[in-house]
Amino acid sequence: MGKPKLKKLHIRQEWCKGCGICVHFCPEKVLELDDKDKAFAARPQDCICCKLCELRCPDLAIDVETEDE
Amino acid sequence: MKNQIKFVQGNEACVEAALYAGLDFFAGYPITPSTEIAEHMAVRLPQIGGKFLQMEDEIASLCAIIGASLTGNKVMTATSGPGFSLMQEALGYAIMTEIPCVIVNVQRGGPSTGLPTHASQGDINQARWGTHGDHAIIALTASNHQDLFTITVEAFNLAETYRTPVLLMLDEITGHMRERLHIPKPGQIPIVSRLKTSVKQGVDYHPYLPREDGRLPMSDFGGIHRYNVTGLFHDMWGFPTDNPQIVHGLLRHLLDKIGNNVHLIAKYKEFYLEDATTILVSYGSSARSALHLVNNRRNRGERLGLLELQTLWPFPYGIVREKCANARHVLVVEMNMGQILREVKIAVEDPEKVFLANRVDGMFITPTDIRNILRLIQGKGV
Amino acid sequence: MAIKDYLRERFFPHMWCPGCGHGTVLNSMLRAIENLALEKNDVVMVSGIGCSARISGYVDFHTLHTIHGRALAFATGVKMSRPDLNLIVPMGDGDALAIGGNHFIHAARRNIDITAIIMNNRIYGMTGGQFSPLTGYGKLATTSPYTNIDHAFDTVSLAIAAGASFVARTTTYHAKQMTDIIQKAIQHKGFSVVEVLTQCPTYFGRKNKEGGAAEMMENYKNITTPIGSKASRENPDLIERGIFVEKEMPEYCSEYNKIIQKAVKGK
Repeated sequence: MGKPKLKKLHIRQEWCKGCGICVHFCPEKVLELDDKDKAFAARPQDCICCKLCELRCPDLAIDVETEDE
Repeated sequence: MKNQIKFVQGNEACVEAALYAGLDFFAGYPITPSTEIAEHMAVRLPQIGGKFLQMEDEIASLCAIIGASLTGNKVMTATSGPGFSLMQEALGYAIMTEIPCVIVNVQRGGPSTGLPTHASQGDINQARWGTHGDHAIIALTASNHQDLFTITVEAFNLAETYRTPVLLMLDEITGHMRERLHIPKPGQIPIVSRLKTSVKQGVDYHPYLPREDGRLPMSDFGGIHRYNVTGLFHDMWGFPTDNPQIVHGLLRHLLDKIGNNVHLIAKYKEFYLEDATTILVSYGSSARSALHLVNNRRNRGERLGLLELQTLWPFPYGIVREKCANARHVLVVEMNMGQILREVKIAVEDPEKVFLANRVDGMFITPTDIRNILRLIQGKGV
Repeated sequence: MAIKDYLRERFFPHMWCPGCGHGTVLNSMLRAIENLALEKNDVVMVSGIGCSARISGYVDFHTLHTIHGRALAFATGVKMSRPDLNLIVPMGDGDALAIGGNHFIHAARRNIDITAIIMNNRIYGMTGGQFSPLTGYGKLATTSPYTNIDHAFDTVSLAIAAGASFVARTTTYHAKQMTDIIQKAIQHKGFSVVEVLTQCPTYFGRKNKEGGAAEMMENYKNITTPIGSKASRENPDLIERGIFVEKEMPEYCSEYNKIIQKAVKGK
């Protein structure tokens, strides 16, 4: 089994409250807040699928989908 | 076959009746003069596979039985004044969430620690209005052990029928006095079982949508239907809401399911009322003295009668009004400062004819005490 | 089953403030339940009153939202009636240790098989930021405007002293550890206590100048350390996290079953 590869970073915009936790802790700076303070994947190509954003998201708004899932 | 005649304290009669009614679960905290109920429960319940819990206080006791009732059990707790005060918030929760349970208050003198080993009937109004917010409540009482048995079974039946807490307002005398009790054969007193929903698994179940007759079929917690229970105003699924229409509807439902059925709920006994010119209205242990006096005076040709209330709340205004219509004097006999007196005055046509015979010094009100008041009212002097 | 399958999605987005750690607790707890592959019908969640208590409304289990501080007493009644069910009781710090402190220590003493999760944000959030028994000396709250002179409980020490057979602490920063610990707590037969340090940026953070949600979580990284670590020995002010107690002890429902057997025999 190799490193997991990102298929899609799902973010439920209507659930996201823009707290910025995911942005702050992303080790590869993949995430950013848009002009409406909603998280989005600005650099998905850099994602290493550690899923820390998904685990820590207090709004349960993030789902990191990997190729093997 | 085991001897079905017992010589027991009222507290033990209450335990036997609860078991007869199908009790599965009891939680309590020791407090005089109710403690024997917990003691007998601790012995008797595990013998039939039931559960007895001694909790850390009365609040926890009531909360625990509410939880147990939700899973489908018949439940009870027992306490006295100070513990009953502690239970008021959880009592409101059981009313709001419509969870059947029976709460016994073996009354002692109050306020506060008061008179732990003496009788009183001082918690009658607390029973009615102790918990906050508008609500309806059922409170029952009895004056002798045989009646206490029947009324305790009735308490469970009403709790199931109306999905509500039912209060059993005993007192130190009925609780501690020993007298003969005949345990009825199984089936002799009808038992109301929990009304369970017939909604199948996977079909939308509405835990808080009353049927046309106002009754709410339950689904056991931990069973096939998952739902929410909350003390907040809630919709038919049990989820919180502040929608004014739903709030109003739920409050009306909680009041009406009891208020509209007073004629079915009200239990009372009457002695010599047909031609009575003076009627004593009493309940609980006070009614023993009242009955003694009435029997005594009848032997002397006095037209005295007794209306003994077994249902205190909802107050049976119609019955009291009708029964007292032709009486010249109505004398309410109770061991408080007139808590039922007030209701009787509201009930009758002419409140001026209603008087109080009471004792609030911890001593049992005697037939002589009542007679003395009666003579004053009748203008005969003591 | 995905964790979304455990949610009552129609109530989302939830009512907690942006950055509130309670959502992360919900997140980790559901992952623990997912890992254990528990059937939804086999889980009962009982909660009290407060921000924390609202967690029960969001999960598709049997949910009992009760009165302030008494969740464990209700849960005790449910568990004693149905020992086969998994009882999870999330509580706030005020809910569990102020108004509910007595029920907390007694549930621990009985060692009844319930998982208590104490979501410790050191404040009464629902009522707008009053100090709680876990706020701590010298902190600010709306009811300690000149600084708090109340000392805080140490939840872990309290739970251990009260007799809990599983005691652990973690934080919202350590979300993976939280899932792991909650999973073990649910599996543990006996009373399990999991204290989760969870940020309240709206009241505690703002009053005490601890920054936003992310800064408060960073802080959890800095002020905590694994149990018995070298850092802990060098700096006793660090808060230890991990599993402090995990021991086998007679469980209350099982013990009561023995009482029933004894009573039935002796009848």
